[in-house]
Formats: sequence, structure tokens, C-alpha cells
Amino acid sequence: MEVRSADGGQALSVEFREATKRYPGADRAAVERLSLEVPAGEICVLVGPSGCGKTTAMRMANRMVEITEGDVLIGGRSVRERSPAELRREIGYVIQQIGLFPHRTIAENIATVPKLLGWERERIAARVNELIDLIGLDPELADRYPAQLSGGQQQRVGVARALAANPGVMLMDEPFGAVDPINRERLQNEFLRLQRELHKTILFVTHDIDEAIKMGDRIAVLEVGGKLSQYATPAELLMEPANAFVEDFVGADRALKRLALLRVADIDLWQAPLARVGQPTSEVRAMLEDAEVPHPLVLDDQRRPLGWLSDADLELPSVPETPDSSPEPVLELEDVLRDALSDLLQAESKYAPVVDGSGRLAGVLSVEVISDFLSSDEALTDEHPAAERPVS
Amino acid sequence: MLAGVLLPLAQGGDGFIRDPAEAGTSCVAENDTVCIGWAVQNMDRWITPTLEHLLLVGVSVAAGFALAFGLALISHGRRFLVPTFIGLTGVIYTIPSIALFLILLPISGRGTLTALIALSLYNLQIIYRNLVVGLANVPEATKDAGRGMGMTNRQLLWRVELPLAVPEIVAGLRIATVSTVAIATLATFAGAGGLGQVILDQGFQRDVFKTAIVVGSFLAVAMAIAFDVLYVVGQRLAVPWRQVKPLL
Repeated sequence: MEVRSADGGQALSVEFREATKRYPGADRAAVERLSLEVPAGEICVLVGPSGCGKTTAMRMANRMVEITEGDVLIGGRSVRERSPAELRREIGYVIQQIGLFPHRTIAENIATVPKLLGWERERIAARVNELIDLIGLDPELADRYPAQLSGGQQQRVGVARALAANPGVMLMDEPFGAVDPINRERLQNEFLRLQRELHKTILFVTHDIDEAIKMGDRIAVLEVGGKLSQYATPAELLMEPANAFVEDFVGADRALKRLALLRVADIDLWQAPLARVGQPTSEVRAMLEDAEVPHPLVLDDQRRPLGWLSDADLELPSVPETPDSSPEPVLELEDVLRDALSDLLQAESKYAPVVDGSGRLAGVLSVEVISDFLSSDEALTDEHPAAERPVS
Repeated sequence: MLAGVLLPLAQGGDGFIRDPAEAGTSCVAENDTVCIGWAVQNMDRWITPTLEHLLLVGVSVAAGFALAFGLALISHGRRFLVPTFIGLTGVIYTIPSIALFLILLPISGRGTLTALIALSLYNLQIIYRNLVVGLANVPEATKDAGRGMGMTNRQLLWRVELPLAVPEIVAGLRIATVSTVAIATLATFAGAGGLGQVILDQGFQRDVFKTAIVVGSFLAVAMAIAFDVLYVVGQRLAVPWRQVKPLL
């Protein structure tokens, strides 16, 4: 199957057929008869403890590791019958250490594969500009050297370089492993946003189950010795671990991890009493009687939250333009529930207004809403869309 | 005794500097430490030895580099050869230069060729070692990325590994060049002229003419410093990516 992606490249399926890697002298295989199929345009995360052969498995796909037995097919074609260099130029490659060429400028780095493929200069230049724009890098940085960029910027360039020749398949080995947690989350989100446009087939290696749940359309859990324990969607993996190893690897906080699969829009929000600037506070006080949220929220004409009214505010005759307490954190319906919870906890805030795409109030989220949800049957049984897919 | 063997080798150009008839100035007559006025007046007398010296240094560094580069290409990807090559070139390096000239005399005869062979062999060790170190210092991740993107071994070597090894390679050439400027003063024992000939013939052989020794030495030192500066500037131009400062 082939899926057309936004940049003109054609995503190709990847299929491991009993692929085995045995190193000479080792008493057991690094990867043992691995069989799995990644449909075109999906992200398959290979996850497992160190020594489970996940990187080795990934590297068999572009022959950076020679297959001992079995086969890997890309777009239905065996990689074994292709010349390694030619094959690799058609497969994007991103590694944890990034491996940008220090002696080449950012633009030259991105141009690496198109140059190897012998593209014409104008076409390369146009593609480089397109990619710099795509990854949101300041065009001025194109002529800088990698050492002049931050780790996060370098990682983006690494991704752009891998995308340069419109590969049908991308291999990503712990691509965000070397950046700090805050930047990692940002890079993950950016990458998922990109993927929604590009629809590449991606083999993504990580040892971090949370990252696997966040990034993967499908997750392959590997045990030490390169044996496939389970190959499933993130929701399936969390709800029905195939065996004790997977259950253990996924962790006891499975319910909590499911928050990473949900968006704020997926759960029922609370409603706060709403106030307008200039409204008599007596009216607002009356609404407080039997409200779910015990604080009134002030909105502007566009229904955008301005802030919470404090008790002092309520003593005034009418609702002030700048309420005592800021509305922060303001969450969005599209936010991943786990991130929303962490924003709430970080702000030490009990309630947070939730807005839709145009900034208008949709409801109020609280830690209590989330904990109610987690203890409900719904949290454990319902099939929810994976968070990385766009909200419908 | 050694001098008895060597001095005839370093046959002087007669009347090169101190012609007794010329000893007009009192400085030369009294053989002061250095007669600057006389040295400047007779500037043209230094030109030939200086050019000879430059030729010895330039050709032997170039030949040493060519040889070392060939060895590095052979041992690249055949790591087991590196210790052998380092050992062999190292053995040559330990042979004293005067002895090496004498060893080469029956093979290549007396003259510039012998000196060039010996000096090139000395450069071999320094340049080869730095080439190997430079190539070994290329980060594994950079090579992995290059291969993973579909570079062949040859493309990886010429487009990634060698450019990244340039700082070490230039450092090797710099040491080799500067030390060759010094060693080449002994090339006179092989009959190859150069500044060494001025120092030896005109300085020592003729009841110690101090000015010849001082000016000859000064020219050699100045040449070494000039090369050193050239390399520093050249390196800056050759590896702009090493000069950049992080933006943050």
C-alpha cells in the first residue's frame, strides 16, 4: 500500500519477515525471528529495555545491520537485493547523537542526500528552503555551522536532513533522547504535527514507554534477545498487556498513562459561573449558590477568559476589568490530558479554563475532574482516539 | 674524528662570504658577534642558500605528506596496519640525520636528492601519525549518520572524514615543516647546501666568522617562524567551522 504525503514522497509499508540477526560468537540472537508489518504512513515504535535489539532491528531496515536470516521488505521489495548506499538514500535516518556534519553549514547538512542523488543546484536550494521553513528554523541560521545551534535546533535540522529527499520511510533511533525534558516534549509535539502533514512510515526506537505511547500508532514491545512480546496500538497495550513482561514494562500506572492517549476534549468538563465586565456583583454572587466550580470566571465579549473573581472582587459593586486572579493556566481542548494535568499541578491551580481553537471558553478542568474520570469504568474500557491524531 | 669524515662532505663554496681582501670594515676584521652593516650590504650572498633551504623544506614536506597520505589511505579501514606503519616510520625517525645522510650516500649519492630523501622520511612519521589521529577523532555518530544517509566509504572519507581531520593534519604539517627548517641546516653534510652551509663553511670552517653563524641561524629561525604563522593563518581559513562561537 502506498500513501501520498504532503511533500510529494510516497510512504511505503515496512514488513519484517522472521528477520533474525545473529552476531558471530554471541550465544543468542540479537534479534530473533522478528515479524511485524508497519502499514504505510504509520509510526511504529520499537520499545524495550536496553539490550532488547530494538536498534539492531531498526538498522536491519536500511542494512546498517546485515540480516542473518529472514528478510525486511520495504514497499514490498526485499532490502537484501538492493545496494546498501542506494537503499539508504531512500530512507530517512535520524539518530540520537544527531550526527550533523560539523564542517558543513545547516543548509549543506540538509542538502546531503539530494546532493548524493545528484539533484540540480536550484532544486536542492529550493528544497532546503522549504525544509527550513517546515521545521520552523530561522532562515538566517541556514549559513551557520551546527556548533552555533542549540541542541533542540540541531535535532530539528537532523529531522529536516532526513526528510530532504522525500523518503518513503524514516528510521529514528531515540531522536529526542539527548534533549532536556521540556524541549523533548516540544520536539515530540512538533514532530507529530509534521507527521500529520507528511504521513511518513516511521520506525521509531525508544526505551521510554511514555514516549512510545505518545508517538506510536503501533508499538512493538521487544524483550531482551530481540523477541517480540506484543505488537499493538497504544490503547490495546495499556488495556490488555499480552504477558507479564509487557505488563511490567508498561508499568503499574497504566491508567495514568492512558491520560497520554486522551485529549481534554475527550472528558466531560465542568462549568463555572460566568461573569461579564461591568455586571453587578450581586448577580454573580447569586450564581455561586449551586455551581460546580466555586469561583466565577470573567469573560470578554468574545467569550475569552479574563480571570477569576476573588472574594475581594466580589465585594465591589460591579465586575472589574482586571480580576484579581489571572486565568492561567488556560488549556485547550486539543491538549493531551496528561500535559493538561501536569500544567494544573505545576501552576498549583485547582481549576483551569479550557478554550477551543479560537480561544473561546469551552469549560473548566480540575484535578478532581481527571481523578473522577480515572476511577470511572470509562477510563478502563472505552476506546479513545490516540492523542497524536487530530481531533475530529 | 667524526669531523674528519664529515667536513670534507660539506664542501664549501669558495670565497662565498669572507674574502680577506674584502675585510674592509673593522667589524669584519675584528670578527665582532654580528656585523649587521656588512650583512645587509652583502644581502645577495644569502639569497641562494635561503632559496636552497626553502626548496629542501618545501619539497621534503610535500613528499612526506604524499607518502604519509598514501599510507593513511592504505591503513584506513585496515586498522591492524596502523601500529605497523607507526612503528616503521618511527624507526626511521630515530636515526640521527647525519647518520641517515651517510647511509643514503652509496644509494643516492652526494647532493640535494639524498637530503630530500632523508628529510621526507623524517616528515613521514609526524604527518602520518597526525593523519591517523585526525581520522580517528571523527565522531562515530557523524560517520554513522553519513553511512546511514547512503554515503559510500569513499564518499564518507573524502566528504566527511578528511575534512574533519584537517585541523590535526595541518598541525602535523606545521610541526613537520618547522622541525624540517631546523634539520635542513644539517643537509649541508649531504652536500645539499642551504643555510647550514653558510653556518658551517663560512662560520666554523674559516676560523669562526661569527657574523655568518649568527645571520645564518637568524634566517633559519625567521623562516621557521614565518612558516608557523602561515600555518596558523592557513588553518583558520581552511576550517572556518572551528572558528565559530555558539550563538547562545
